[in-house]
Amino acid sequence: MFKWLEKNLPKVVLAPAVGLISWFVYGFVLWTFYISFTNSKILPRYELWGVGNYGKLWASHKWLVAVENLFIFTSLFLIFCTVIGIILAIFLDQKIRAEGALRTIYLYPMALSFIVTGTAWKWILNPTLGIQKMFIDWGFESFTFNWLVDREMAIYTVVIAGVWQSAGFVMALFLAGLRSVEDEIVKAAKIDGAGLFTVYWKILIPMMRPVFFTSFVILVHISIKSYDLIVALTQGGPGISTTMPAMYMTQTAFHKSQVALSATSAIMMFMAVSAVIIPYLYSELRRENAS
Amino acid sequence: MQVKTSLAAYTQLEKKSKITNLLLRWFLYFVLILFASYFIFPLYVMIVTSLKTMEEIRQGTLLTLPSGLNFDSWAVAWEGRGYGAGDTFLKPYFWNSIKMVVPAVFFSTFIGAMTGYVLTKWRFKGDSWVFLFLLFGCFIPFQAILLPMARTLGVLGISNSILGLVVVHTVYGIPFTTLFFRNYYVSVPTELVKAARIDGAGFFKIFFKILLPISAPIIVVTVIWQFTQIWNDFLFGSTFSFGEAAPIQVALNNMVLSSTSVKEYNVDMASAIIAGIPTLIVYVLAGKYFIRGLTSGAVKG
Repeated sequence: MFKWLEKNLPKVVLAPAVGLISWFVYGFVLWTFYISFTNSKILPRYELWGVGNYGKLWASHKWLVAVENLFIFTSLFLIFCTVIGIILAIFLDQKIRAEGALRTIYLYPMALSFIVTGTAWKWILNPTLGIQKMFIDWGFESFTFNWLVDREMAIYTVVIAGVWQSAGFVMALFLAGLRSVEDEIVKAAKIDGAGLFTVYWKILIPMMRPVFFTSFVILVHISIKSYDLIVALTQGGPGISTTMPAMYMTQTAFHKSQVALSATSAIMMFMAVSAVIIPYLYSELRRENAS
Repeated sequence: MQVKTSLAAYTQLEKKSKITNLLLRWFLYFVLILFASYFIFPLYVMIVTSLKTMEEIRQGTLLTLPSGLNFDSWAVAWEGRGYGAGDTFLKPYFWNSIKMVVPAVFFSTFIGAMTGYVLTKWRFKGDSWVFLFLLFGCFIPFQAILLPMARTLGVLGISNSILGLVVVHTVYGIPFTTLFFRNYYVSVPTELVKAARIDGAGFFKIFFKILLPISAPIIVVTVIWQFTQIWNDFLFGSTFSFGEAAPIQVALNNMVLSSTSVKEYNVDMASAIIAGIPTLIVYVLAGKYFIRGLTSGAVKG
């Protein structure tokens, strides 16, 4: 017995992690998957009922609004974070004074929770006392900025706050990427007569392909899971105009007591994330094995 | 010869572009400062708002400075007004979060260190599959585990308790902590471990005598990452706890959303700052490690 333990000690030490993850990640996802085929309401029921929930989900107006919002949010969030992140990284890479201080400022929102971020932006964007009042007091009397309470525009306030939170992170990724490029490459290009713009546009940015890929994966991942920010900023409103899948899932489960339908939406989210992550993990693993 | 001429051409090129360079640099600083103000603006607004009275808030704009350093709202946010029921304030929830964060960070870091150690220094057939198996846990949308987790916590009798949240955060932290330690230990020469094994050192002795003493940087990165994640969590906190066992982010959200009386933006902002201060302090003090965690942890997770 003692000998066996000694021989297998590494595996025994590994067991808790593997056991916990098997149960709490894979087991739970399978459970949720199973429940999505049942007719569970408040409490889970285990008789199979079929794929009806999937039809019900995709016929639900609220879910369709949530998915549409997810597409709007994800695409704008991606574009703005990436563009701002790249610009800041390239500009910071020009031997700037106070680079450290600026970097700290760009990145600090990443240390805050989405609830804190949402609370702050909710106050800034509120039409009675926030930005709108600021401009009116400055003399722009017809200035209106009431996106937060406008059904059509509220989703864009989520984008503003989300980009504020995450753009600095993309900057950090790109800055690290740019710094890892050999100086010789840039020098050689300059000798060949390439201007700074050409050096970045034709040489450095194309070299950043892995960084683009990484930040794409992370940003999509953040946006599919985004829940806290919406809760704090808009609670999904006005009406249901800023509902997103993550919010639909919790509301359906815990307020509407539609456990099976909620599980179905969770599985759709799981599939969406997997579609992005599995190719990513695969390529990362291949790169690691190659080196 | 070839090298010489091209170097000369290069310096000439540099000279010619001096004026454009100067203009370019002004433009550069302008853009950088513009963005810096976008990022600093909310923090500034939060701080000044928290120091104003409601009267001042109604009269001034977002940017107006407060008339003085008035910490009343901070006191209300932290300790309440003392009128009993319905008086919500952050102090107890702040301690809830501390009680939740400390053990969860400790256990998840410890398990991650052990797992990373086995996966790199006691390799076996299929170990990279085990790593991938664990790593996938970094990416799952937690919505896919919320329902069974709520059931499980209920069965274990620890739903709506701090202990329950400790368990949840420990478990879902393991993929990240494993990733950190595994990637760190992979670069430690395996020869060291082999030599120690020949000298008769056992599994734990090798860990404590050889690996642990050189693990300080990765422990710092992991602890900061886990601390920030768990402190800032809202999804688990709001799903698995309510009332008195709630962590601070949940309490903050409840406070801000409660519509019992007139909206007090100064108290809201003070509360938001209080909820954000611990992670901000960590970020300012250990920014280097914070960023390293972000780029390596989030690069893959």
